[in-house]
Amino acid sequence: MKPPKFDYFAPDSIESALALLTEHGEDARYLGGGQSLVPMMNLRVAAPSALIDLNGIAALRGIRIDEEDRLHIGAMTRTRQIELDATIARANPLLHEAAPHIAHIQIRNRGTIGGSLAHADPAAELPGVVLVCDAEIKLFGPDGARSVATGDFFKNIFSTALQDGDMITEIVFPAWPSTRRWAFQEISRREGDFAMIGIAAWFDLDDAGRISAAGLAAIGAGDTPLRLSSGETVLIGQAPGEKIFAEAARASLSDLQPGSDIHASAEYRREVGGVLVERTLKAAWERSS
Amino acid sequence: MTAQHSVTLNVNGTAHDCEVEARMTLADCLREKLDLTGTHLGCEHGVCGACTVIVDGAAVRSCLMFAVQAQGVQITTVEGLADGDTLSDLQQAFHDNFALQCGFCTPGFLTTAESVLAENPSPTRAEVQSAISGNICRCTGYVPIIDAILDTAKRRREGGQ
Ligand SMILES: Cc1cc2nc3c(=O)[nH]c(=O)nc-3n(C[C@H](O)[C@H](O)[C@H](O)COP(=O)(O)OP(=O)(O)OC[C@H]3O[C@@H](n4cnc5c(N)ncnc54)[C@H](O)[C@@H]3O)c2cc1C
Ligand code: FES
Ligand code: FES
Repeated sequence: MKPPKFDYFAPDSIESALALLTEHGEDARYLGGGQSLVPMMNLRVAAPSALIDLNGIAALRGIRIDEEDRLHIGAMTRTRQIELDATIARANPLLHEAAPHIAHIQIRNRGTIGGSLAHADPAAELPGVVLVCDAEIKLFGPDGARSVATGDFFKNIFSTALQDGDMITEIVFPAWPSTRRWAFQEISRREGDFAMIGIAAWFDLDDAGRISAAGLAAIGAGDTPLRLSSGETVLIGQAPGEKIFAEAARASLSDLQPGSDIHASAEYRREVGGVLVERTLKAAWERSS
Repeated sequence: MTAQHSVTLNVNGTAHDCEVEARMTLADCLREKLDLTGTHLGCEHGVCGACTVIVDGAAVRSCLMFAVQAQGVQITTVEGLADGDTLSDLQQAFHDNFALQCGFCTPGFLTTAESVLAENPSPTRAEVQSAISGNICRCTGYVPIIDAILDTAKRRREGGQ
């Protein structure tokens, strides 16, 4: 179908975008890459009164590393750029590995990281990676700039800590130790489909070769991306290996909260989720980094 | 607030001035205002790939972009591939490999393949398969399409282009 009527504005600064959104009331929306919002408008599931297009705002683009080796990615950075950018491949290889799983090239050429986080599909890849990396989400809203930890950002299906007028401006990833092991795996029916379930994992080793820190997160396994802290706890202090990975996978099952839909049953997601945790940890360990 | 927006679309090397409502998608503008009906519309929500066009070198869904957003970009549609009545090498390879039947999906495959080959002139079969994962074809079973794209890559390498 065709989208319903709306007013359109293309500001060139964050401040003017916020002013326009405020002026046009609660039915006005920001437009990122349009790869989730425009399908919803074309299906007439969404009918914003006005779109404030963020594509012309240079301050929302860009990828940089700061003095503390943190990776900053502007909200309007395209998924395809996340997939191809050499700085990201070095500074957060997990993001680099997860990005090609998102939709198809044509969608990745437009879709943005900010849009993906704001949309908060529980099966989306970027929210899961952002969560497992303990990234910070920088916002700009009616009360100025603020920052939300990813753990506090995802509230429910398609629902986040964003308040009226809030714009995601940047995502900041903590420094990535060069010896870190990582992997991302998902199961979907066809390439480019949303994951029925997916797992993002990383761990660091101490001098004795034991796991000193670990992150495990699942997508498609609940109303939001989920941190699998029971699995993480099992890993800490242990030497990596198949036995401990299997144990972590078993423990992670208690953190999964999958639902049933046309794509897969809850039982299937739970079963496959356990297998995927094990596989992903194994892939992380076997990676010759 | 004007309900109409003036936009200049650069399509296949020609600039066109259009008056559009904000809600007019790029696909509809190409088809209805510019009469470039080679760009097809299947699903209108990003799933089928029939509407794929090349915007500043990147394959995108023209059903998920509004024409007002296309000011200042370079757009290539399927009409921009052939040289008059002479098919492009990729189009010829589609013909040679029986890579189309009804042809509804073909403009989207051609534009996708052009942008992908520009980025990666020597794709593997698996890379081509992945590159066209966002395009649906109800007729061919995909194998001849993959063959045609690989064939084109090979011909271009051998032709030294
Ligand atoms: C066929 C198809 C398959 C797909 N498959 C996948 C998949 O496998 N995995 C996946 O993760 N995604 C998938 N997607 C969705 C795609 O990744 C979207 O790009 C993404 O979900 C939203 O990003 P966007 O930039 O396009 O946002 P938009 O569609 O522009 O916006 C989405 C929402 O976020 C808001 N928003 C956008 N930017 C900001 C901002 N900076 N600050 C605050 N709010 C903002 C908008 O107001 C809107 O509510 C698919 C889409 C399609 C059409
Ligand atoms: S018509 Fe645009 S993807 Fe189907
Ligand atoms: S040739 Fe008929 S849909 Fe592809």
